[in-house]
Amino acid sequence: MEYFFTEQQKTIRSLARRIAEERILPVRAELDEQEEFPWAIMKDLADSDMFRVFIPAEFEGLGGGALDLCLVMEELSRVCSGVAVSYAASALGSYSLIEYGTQEQKQKFLPQIAGGKRLAAFALTESTAGSDATNIKTTAIKKDGGYVLNGTKQFITNGGEAEIYDIVALTNPEKGIRGASVFIVEKDTPGFFFGKKEKKMGIRASATRELVFKDCVVPAGNLLGREGLGFPMTMRLLDRSRPGVGAQATGLAQGALEAATDYVRERVQFGHPLIALQAVQMILADMAIAVEAARLLVYATARTIDSGAKSFTEESAMAKVFASDMAMKVTTDAVQIMGGAGYMRDYPVEKMMRDAKITQIYEGSNQALRTAIAFELRKRKARRE
Amino acid sequence: MRIIVCLKQVPGVTTVKIDPQTNTLVRQGIKNIVNPFDTYALEEGVRLREKLSGKLSGKVTAISMGPPQATEMLREAIATGADDAVLLSDAAFAGADTLATSFTLAQAVNKLGYDIVICGRQTIDGDTGQVGPEMAEMLGASFIAYVSHIEDINNERIRAKRMVGDGYEVVAAPLPAVITVTKEINLPRLPSLRGVAKSKSAVIPVWTAEMLGVDKGRVGLSGSATKVIKVFFPQRVQCGEILKGGIPEQVSRLVDKLREAKVI
Repeated sequence: MEYFFTEQQKTIRSLARRIAEERILPVRAELDEQEEFPWAIMKDLADSDMFRVFIPAEFEGLGGGALDLCLVMEELSRVCSGVAVSYAASALGSYSLIEYGTQEQKQKFLPQIAGGKRLAAFALTESTAGSDATNIKTTAIKKDGGYVLNGTKQFITNGGEAEIYDIVALTNPEKGIRGASVFIVEKDTPGFFFGKKEKKMGIRASATRELVFKDCVVPAGNLLGREGLGFPMTMRLLDRSRPGVGAQATGLAQGALEAATDYVRERVQFGHPLIALQAVQMILADMAIAVEAARLLVYATARTIDSGAKSFTEESAMAKVFASDMAMKVTTDAVQIMGGAGYMRDYPVEKMMRDAKITQIYEGSNQALRTAIAFELRKRKARRE
Repeated sequence: MRIIVCLKQVPGVTTVKIDPQTNTLVRQGIKNIVNPFDTYALEEGVRLREKLSGKLSGKVTAISMGPPQATEMLREAIATGADDAVLLSDAAFAGADTLATSFTLAQAVNKLGYDIVICGRQTIDGDTGQVGPEMAEMLGASFIAYVSHIEDINNERIRAKRMVGDGYEVVAAPLPAVITVTKEINLPRLPSLRGVAKSKSAVIPVWTAEMLGVDKGRVGLSGSATKVIKVFFPQRVQCGEILKGGIPEQVSRLVDKLREAKVI
């Protein structure tokens, strides 16, 4: 397939693939088993300028768009999506800063993120606010020229490992979500603690942790954008980041497809390699079709964002939903055609199947996103578009 | 500090085929790679520059003697941290053994000016490990082989740990120096995106025998002390005897034979 990449995109893709194969592949199973944060790989990614991809050029980045980031995500996920999401969370933690930060805020934080010296993270979810993101309880009350944060964020990717956190909190609790704002909070700020470290089904190389704020004082200069705009800012941020989850799902499905293809070419049953059986061929072909279709939807969405489109809620939800459902099916089928071997940890597909599940859940559950897509359909019909 | 790293392009395979007619390596269809040991040399050069930055200004130049396509390898060296690169390429350099290669590289190193030259411990195709020491001799520079760690380096001297057969030695030597490094010394980084961008536009000069001002009798095949008379596969000879029959029968025949041979 011809994807019409720029030279830079081709370079990004081939270098990301090289990092994945040379640095991640040898330790993939161990990272999964040990649930160990991949610091050495984060350093390799930093040394290769991968954290610069999503940062504007004037802040020591490479000024890449959504597609550039998707290519890194896809290639890393093809080998280990646990590592990929640790990388992606730094991008997620940077978007609001890039879009709404003042020159001073950007100058302070973005070069550090670009150099990979400090990881970033984004925190919205709370125990009361999953799909119902409007139900957050963390507060940030203005006091003496700063804000005092109280509350607990849950399931935060890169929690404990990142040093720069993008926190959504209520500056005006009476107004509910319309009183939400976004803050940059640095690790080691007094009153900012890390709580429970989660034990997960998949993406186990990544860190998922609670963030606890107890009278944590944040300087007023750390407010991003304006007070009360936290929710629309966050929704826009997630619209931007969802194709990245689509790319993650596409990459991990591609990895499963390749692993399964290798296996069925070698495994002999009934006197022939498994791939000689039509039953296997049908499954394998459907897997390949699905991966390619998802990839194209992800790329098209990323390109829509990069074209400067004003709104892309629907496209980005579609890319995420389609690719993640595809990844769940493709990885499950990979395990199926590899049979008993596929179920064992000696082969990578059982891990990929575990890793795929989260892509249907995080950054908007696929059901919540379908609701959003349906809402856009209704809106368009009402406008007679 | 002027740092020069020597790189060689080698066939990226573990077994090579020899053309039975010409007795030369079959290179068609074989992808060339940078000699793996040389990647450690490049990494160490780049790390030296990074470590010294602030104290001494450093520059890393990658050099290679080889055919024009070795330019691609040098481009990757720039993508991986070298500041610039020079290719030594001339029909007159072809067929060089280690002596002629060392001579040619030494001329280029002299022309560039240097404080330290870093080479891999050996190549995976020639496997001699001679080019580093020979070059040091020709340059009249200090030489430390099999360096696994540079403990200290300044404008005047280097102190390094070198691997020896049954342990290691710590050696100090005045600069300028040539060192060869082992794979224990570091973990080479991969290229960076900014490095790749820089390497794409980099101009890599090609120096010929004339530009180096060398006597053509000392380079390439004519400057080589090694003459390859013949390259051949060792003949496969079937020998030995396979005992047949049941286990007790085989054992008794084996014992007889060993007695005959006065082994037991």
